[in-house]
Amino acid sequence: MVIPARTAALVAACGVAALFPLIFRHDGYVLNLATLILIYGITGSSWNLLGGYAGQPSFGHAAFFGVGAYTFAVLFPSGGAWTVPGFAVGGLAAALVALPIGAVIFRLRGPYFALSMLAFAEILRLVAQNWTSVTKGATGFMLTPTVEGKVAHYYLILGVLAVLLGITAAMASARPGFYFLAIREDQDVAEALGVNTVGYKMLALAISGLFTGVAGAIYANYFAYIEPNVVFSTVEISLATYLIVVLGGMSTLFGPLVGSAVLTIMGELFRVFAGTGNVLLYGILIVLVVLFMPDGVVGMLRRLGPRRRRVGAA
Amino acid sequence: MEIGTYVFLQTLISGVLVGGIYCLIGIGLTVIFGVMRIINACHGDLIMVAMYLSYFLFRSAGIDPLLSVVVTAPALFCLGWVLHRGFITRLSGSYAEDNSLLLTFGLGLVLANTVLVLFTADYRVVETAYSRAVWRVAGLSVSAAYVFSFAMAILVTALLYLFFMKTDLGMAIRATAQNRMAAGLAGVNVERVGRITYGLGAALAGAAGALFTPVFYLYPTVGSLFTVKAFEVVVLGGMGSITGAIFGGLVLGVVESLGAVYVSTGYKDALGFVAFVLILAFRPAGLAGRSRL
Repeated sequence: MVIPARTAALVAACGVAALFPLIFRHDGYVLNLATLILIYGITGSSWNLLGGYAGQPSFGHAAFFGVGAYTFAVLFPSGGAWTVPGFAVGGLAAALVALPIGAVIFRLRGPYFALSMLAFAEILRLVAQNWTSVTKGATGFMLTPTVEGKVAHYYLILGVLAVLLGITAAMASARPGFYFLAIREDQDVAEALGVNTVGYKMLALAISGLFTGVAGAIYANYFAYIEPNVVFSTVEISLATYLIVVLGGMSTLFGPLVGSAVLTIMGELFRVFAGTGNVLLYGILIVLVVLFMPDGVVGMLRRLGPRRRRVGAA
Repeated sequence: MEIGTYVFLQTLISGVLVGGIYCLIGIGLTVIFGVMRIINACHGDLIMVAMYLSYFLFRSAGIDPLLSVVVTAPALFCLGWVLHRGFITRLSGSYAEDNSLLLTFGLGLVLANTVLVLFTADYRVVETAYSRAVWRVAGLSVSAAYVFSFAMAILVTALLYLFFMKTDLGMAIRATAQNRMAAGLAGVNVERVGRITYGLGAALAGAAGALFTPVFYLYPTVGSLFTVKAFEVVVLGGMGSITGAIFGGLVLGVVESLGAVYVSTGYKDALGFVAFVLILAFRPAGLAGRSRL
């Protein structure tokens, strides 16, 4: 039996991901980095559904991340048995917030949509900052961590990521995926052909918001401390998510995860070696990626691989 | 007059004075958008660079910030030219328009953080002879520094108006903004106009920066604040419209001023964002009307 190289690579990668924490179970730093990669991988993959597959890049996903984080923090500050359902609640809250946002701004396209999402993220940040009775404002919110050990956290988050990728893959090769592609390539033609563009954009937004909210809730639980300027941050969350997906490969299944790995590791290297200048290097990275690698890492790998006729949303 | 009216008029006047400078920021951004359809997310950081330039001119040579406009505007024109030539024209690929936002955002980060690394995050301030001066006009207190900045802003806007209406380059820019293809057919070198326009937008940011120096704290990341305001001005007035930017600048100045005094200071920025989204979504031509120069 001939196994295609791609499948083999995929299986190997899954194996590595699954066994990784067992190998490094005593190295907290490496495990932490890996967990961060997974969390940003979830955020990036959920962004990808809306921004990559459906073609509506948003500059304000921090809105959902923050809503998920704060919902979890406020409702389940001590986690415990409620930890995993709490993630779902955080995600649902973010999805609920996403719907009215979408209703207002889906009439906008491209950069205008992106900027309006940014405005929403900022509005929510200011709300979190000023609604001190609930969110404790700029002082930040401390939670009680209850999941013991980094290894447990890792597997939990890996599970969520697997679910998200599964859903994305299923949608991409089914009807929603085709409709997303149509909307992305030419929304007006899609509408004229009878695609319910509003409905499918909302679907993408809702799922994207939901999982970004879950990522935020996971973040809150893992770091046990959140504040408005971190979880609603334009540079740290919204921009990073956008960059992760562009870097990894828009509308590819594993692009965001690859991008997350590259960016998180580079971010660490920048921080360690460049001190104050780390955001500068980050900015330079953005410029270089946009100019020279707009299709991302996976996009480039695709072009280097064998030519195949692909029918589908990717 | 009783105290309530005093406060209101005071707030109104400060709003208009600041609004004058906001107009300059807005015109710069809207002209770049109108001609090139680029959303220049680093506009605020260009202003920040001009502010630092103005600051250092003041510190080393004692040049008054308001006069330093004649240095900062050309200097920022050159910087804008270089940014455009070096980076923005290289944009290609299937997601070019969306990527221009990401690219200019990245450039803004680079500008802000280069300044941060070179000059540290310390807050700086320029104290001129008139920085603290206050005039009493009809019983109201008016900040002299703001009045001078406003006057310079009016002067620059007037010169700009003459440029756009009377000179052939100005008309070429307007033509390109109205209809790129038609302008090209009429003999306008559209590529060159694009480059010049980006430089012009940057130069206006440079002028605004110099005018902000006497009245604002200076720190490397102040640019993001200005970028936000620039977007709000432009959206209020209609993207691509110069008269709209003037209108939007004044309105934003007044609304901000009133908001800070009569509504909570914590949420006043949120009001700007809400207005931004609502106008973009429901009246994209801006409150002033049509989107053309």
